[in-house]
Amino acid sequence: MPNFVSSRLFWIGLATVIVALVLPTYVSGYVLGLLTVAYYTAVFAMSWDLLFGFAGEVNFGPTFLIGVGAYTAGILDAHFSPGLSIWLCIAAGALAAVVGGVVLALPALRVSGPYFGLTTLVAVLMLQNFIVVAAGLTGGEIGLAVPDVISIDAKTNYWIALGFMLVSGAILFGLSRSAIGLILQASGQDKIQAGALGFNVTKHKLAAFVVSAFFSGLAGALMVFYMGTASVSTFVDVGVGVQIIIAAVLGGRRTVIGAAIGAIFLIGMGELLRPLGELATLIVSVIALVVILFFPDGFLGMIRGGAKA
Amino acid sequence: MLFWQILIDGFAISALYALGATGFTLIFGVSGVLNLSHGAIMVGAAVAAWAAASEFGVGPYTGALIGIIAGFILAFATYFIAVRPIQRSKVIAESEKEIFILTATLLWGIIIQEAIAYAFTNNAKTVLPIVEGVTTVLGVRTPRNEYFTAVICWVAIGLLWFLVNRTRRGKAVMAASMNPRGVTLLGIELSSIYLTVWAIYGLLAGVAGILLGMFLGVSSYSVGPLTASAFSIVVLGGLGSVSGSLIAAYVVGYLETGTAYLISPAYRTIPALLLLVVVMYLRPQGLFGRR
Repeated sequence: MPNFVSSRLFWIGLATVIVALVLPTYVSGYVLGLLTVAYYTAVFAMSWDLLFGFAGEVNFGPTFLIGVGAYTAGILDAHFSPGLSIWLCIAAGALAAVVGGVVLALPALRVSGPYFGLTTLVAVLMLQNFIVVAAGLTGGEIGLAVPDVISIDAKTNYWIALGFMLVSGAILFGLSRSAIGLILQASGQDKIQAGALGFNVTKHKLAAFVVSAFFSGLAGALMVFYMGTASVSTFVDVGVGVQIIIAAVLGGRRTVIGAAIGAIFLIGMGELLRPLGELATLIVSVIALVVILFFPDGFLGMIRGGAKA
Repeated sequence: MLFWQILIDGFAISALYALGATGFTLIFGVSGVLNLSHGAIMVGAAVAAWAAASEFGVGPYTGALIGIIAGFILAFATYFIAVRPIQRSKVIAESEKEIFILTATLLWGIIIQEAIAYAFTNNAKTVLPIVEGVTTVLGVRTPRNEYFTAVICWVAIGLLWFLVNRTRRGKAVMAASMNPRGVTLLGIELSSIYLTVWAIYGLLAGVAGILLGMFLGVSSYSVGPLTASAFSIVVLGGLGSVSGSLIAAYVVGYLETGTAYLISPAYRTIPALLLLVVVMYLRPQGLFGRR
C-alpha cells in the first residue's frame, strides 16, 4: 500500500513539474512573476519544515535567516556594484545566513519549546531594529535598492526560480528521507533517548540549522536580485515569517514537499482573492485554521488519507 | 524634572504592560497554552469600546463596559475555536499539540485583526477617556488619564491576587497550575477550571486593551507588537510566574521609557530586547521561573 501511495504522489508530482515547465508559453508575465515569488517562498517554507518538522525546533524567526541572507547580498551589491558579480553577492548572502544559523542554533541547544521560539522571535525583532537604525547602510524603512538584477526577462526569472526550487526541494527532501532525517526526527521527539542510542544530537541539530539557513539565505539573496530591492516588509517582518509557518503547517508538516505546496497555495490564493481587498487575508486565514483543526496533516495528509480510505 | 517625567510615564506604561502580561501568564500557568491571539483580543476590546462611543454615541462608562464584554466573548471564542478542539483532538499527537495551539491561536489572532481592519479600517483609534484633563505633580504635567490607568491596572491585579489566594474557586485554579491531576482527584472538574481561567483572562485582556486604547490608542497594526511584548515580558519574568511577570513588566517599561527619553525614541525597544537575549542565554527559565 505505501508503495502505491508514494507512486501516486510521484506521478502527481511529475505531472505538476511538467505543467510548471511548459507554463511560460501559455501565461502572462504577470502570472510568471507571481509564481517566481511563490517558488522562492516555497524554499523558505521547505527550509523551515526541515528545522521544525524534523529537528522539532519551534522557529518563529525564519525571516531572521532570510533577512540576513537577503540584506548581506543586497548591501554588498549596493556598495560594490560594478566590481562584484551578483553571484558572489548571492554566495556571500548564503554564507552569512549560515553564520546566522549557527548563532541561532546556540540557544537552541540550551533551551527548548516556547523559550527557543521567543529567542528566534527576538532575533527577528533585533534584525529589524538594526536595519531601521543603520539606515545609511541598509536603506532603513524605505528599503534598499540594488543596482543589479539577475534578469529583466520574466521567463528567465521564472526558470531560475523553478530550477532553484526543484533542486533545493530535491536536496531537502532527500535529506529528510535519509538516515540524517530519521535521526533528526528521533532527537526532535526524544532528545535523551536519541542520545542514549548513540547519536550525536548536537551535531545533527547543528547540521539541520546550517542546511536550513543555507537554503533560506540563498533563496532570500536570489529574491533580492529578482525584485531589485530589499525591504523589511518583504524579507524580515514577523508577518512574513508567520506566512511561512502557516504555509508549512498547511501543506503538511514533516513532508518538505507539503511546505512548497502550502506556500504556492497561500500566494496564489492571496492573489486570487485580491479583488476582495481586506477580506483576502481574512479568508486565507480562515481556510488555514479550518485545515489545521480538521486536517492536522495538511494538504498532503488529505491526499494520503484519501488513498488509504 | 526629566527624572520625575520618566518615573511617572514609566510607571503608567509598566502598569499597563503588567496587566496585559498577567492574563497571558495565567493561561500558560494553568493550561500550558501560549495564546498568540493575545494582542488581537486586547485590540478587539479597545475597538469595541471605541466603536460603541463613536458609532452609537454611548458614554465612556458604557463604552468601557461594552469593550469588556467584547474581551470576554473574544477570549471564550479563542478557547472554543482555537484551543479546545486541539486539546481534545485524538488525531494530533500529544507532543505536537503545543505547536498546533501556537499556530491556531496565531491564525485566530490574524482573523480577528483582519475582521477589525475590514469593519473599522486600519486607522488608529483612541478610546474616549473616562478621566479627562491634565494635572501637575512634582512639576510634571501629566494627563489625569495616565494616573487613572495606573490605578485601574493595580486594582485589577490586586483583585486577581485576592481571587487566586483568598477564594475557593481561585485556590482551585492555583492548585490546577501546580498539579492538574491532583485537582482532578479532589473531584474538581478540570474543564470548568479552564473556563474560569479564560473568563479571568478575557476580563484582564479586555481592561488592558481599553486602557491602552485610552492611553496610547490602538490600531489593527498594534496586534503583533502587543502579543510580542506580552510574550517577552512573560518569558523574562519566568513563564507561569505572575509575580515574575509583574517585575519584568516594570523592568521592560522603565527600560523603554528611559531609552525613549534619554537616548532616542527610535531605540525604544532595543535595550529590552538585548536584556531578553542575555537572560535567555544565562537563565533560560526567566528571572523568576519555577523550573
